[in-house]
Amino acid sequence: MIRLSIQMRQALSRLTLPVLMAVAFALVLVGKADTLLEMRLRVALDDALAPIYGAMAKPLMRAQDSIGWVRGLLDVQAENVRLRQETDRLLRWPRGAAARALRNHALEAQLHWMPPRPATFVTAPIVADTSGLYAHAVLVALRRGHAVHKGDIALDGGGLVGRVTEVGARSARVLLITDLNSRVPVMLAGSHAPALMVGTNAAIPKLTFWPQGVVPREGERVVTSAAGGVFPADLPVGTVHYSRAHVAEVLPDARLDRLDVIRLFDFGSLATVAPENAARRHRNGPP
Amino acid sequence: MGGTGMGGAGIGWAGMSDRLPGIRPAPTLASRLDAAGRAAFPAASTALGLLLISAPVGLPATAELRLAVAFTCVFFWTVFRPASLPPLVVFVLGLLCDLLGQAPLGLDILVLLAVQGVALKLRRILEKQGFVRVWMAFASCAAAASVATWLGTMALTMRPLSATPAVATAMIAAGLYPVLAFPLSRAHRTLAEPRHA
Repeated sequence: MIRLSIQMRQALSRLTLPVLMAVAFALVLVGKADTLLEMRLRVALDDALAPIYGAMAKPLMRAQDSIGWVRGLLDVQAENVRLRQETDRLLRWPRGAAARALRNHALEAQLHWMPPRPATFVTAPIVADTSGLYAHAVLVALRRGHAVHKGDIALDGGGLVGRVTEVGARSARVLLITDLNSRVPVMLAGSHAPALMVGTNAAIPKLTFWPQGVVPREGERVVTSAAGGVFPADLPVGTVHYSRAHVAEVLPDARLDRLDVIRLFDFGSLATVAPENAARRHRNGPP
Repeated sequence: MGGTGMGGAGIGWAGMSDRLPGIRPAPTLASRLDAAGRAAFPAASTALGLLLISAPVGLPATAELRLAVAFTCVFFWTVFRPASLPPLVVFVLGLLCDLLGQAPLGLDILVLLAVQGVALKLRRILEKQGFVRVWMAFASCAAAASVATWLGTMALTMRPLSATPAVATAMIAAGLYPVLAFPLSRAHRTLAEPRHA
């Protein structure tokens, strides 16, 4: 063991903090230049933590269920009234839905409709909220050998949640639609006008870039658009809402503040490759 | 809050420094482990706190809370027990914050090391002050650290960002300090005291 003098030891201890600050500054620059390093570190940490968070999630969910059960007992009369009203409303649906399904089937048959490839999906629990000051993301626990890929689309029971940005052996991070970097091409269901839903780091994303002459209506349904080949068409996103400052926003259908289980869909390659050969042949005339 | 006496009843042999005079038996493995555990308490409890905040318990403002807890623990332990929270440990805690919270790599490390630097500069003065003055000093330090995080994120992402999360972090940190200071100062005198091993 090397024996150092007291003066040397004091000098070294005084130097530790500035040296580490310089290392941290270098790490900032390296992280900026090489984003893969940051991603690899994050995936390694997520893979290590996901099983621990997963083990914690079960008793926590049980405790939350117990609290919900007690709350339900206190609120049973109001809940009964609400459920009766909802049942009445839902009972009117099946006949209309069956008639619409038949008509849809007939129209598809007439148009020789080519249905998109059915998506595969996995359902997985959210085990941690990994949001930062300026980032909104959640951690999903997966089993080894899973088939989740970067870019898969996350939905909960209500609607679009976000996209998978990082995938490890036992975990995946999902960037929420409220994140600053989230841009989702959407369509206004009423007018069929395209628009862009932009995350603002707030709880409700903003609606922008709709065509001139179209005004999004309060309460209008918003669904995903296949433009750009990132999302499939017609996934439920939310409804249009105007804020106090009269800014168009999208109230998400997904319960982003209470996510517990989500489905990760693999829609395959959605980008449509232009048939270049066919176009060239068409330009040159028939052979 | 949190003065450390040199002597006193209940101080174990294993925790006593080799530099202190006196004859004492050789420390056993158990007492060595106990002393190491006590020395590691500040770092371990802070890391555990940061990890628990991300657990799915439905806590609001987890990102702000995570940073506020990091500021509070680093400031408190640096002022009252700096030997148990060396800069290298703060570096690791900052990296944990960065990776857990999707912050630009290295930014939280820099900010936490800066908080430690300020706390080290002020510790000789703050050790002799009452609780309210230490609290005020911490609140100012946390506010400056939150602003630094906001400015740093803006510089690294090259886009204007709202100051609201930074303001919220500073306010949560200021509000959290008295809540955490009580159990931390208790732990400082008992659990984290290596001389009690």
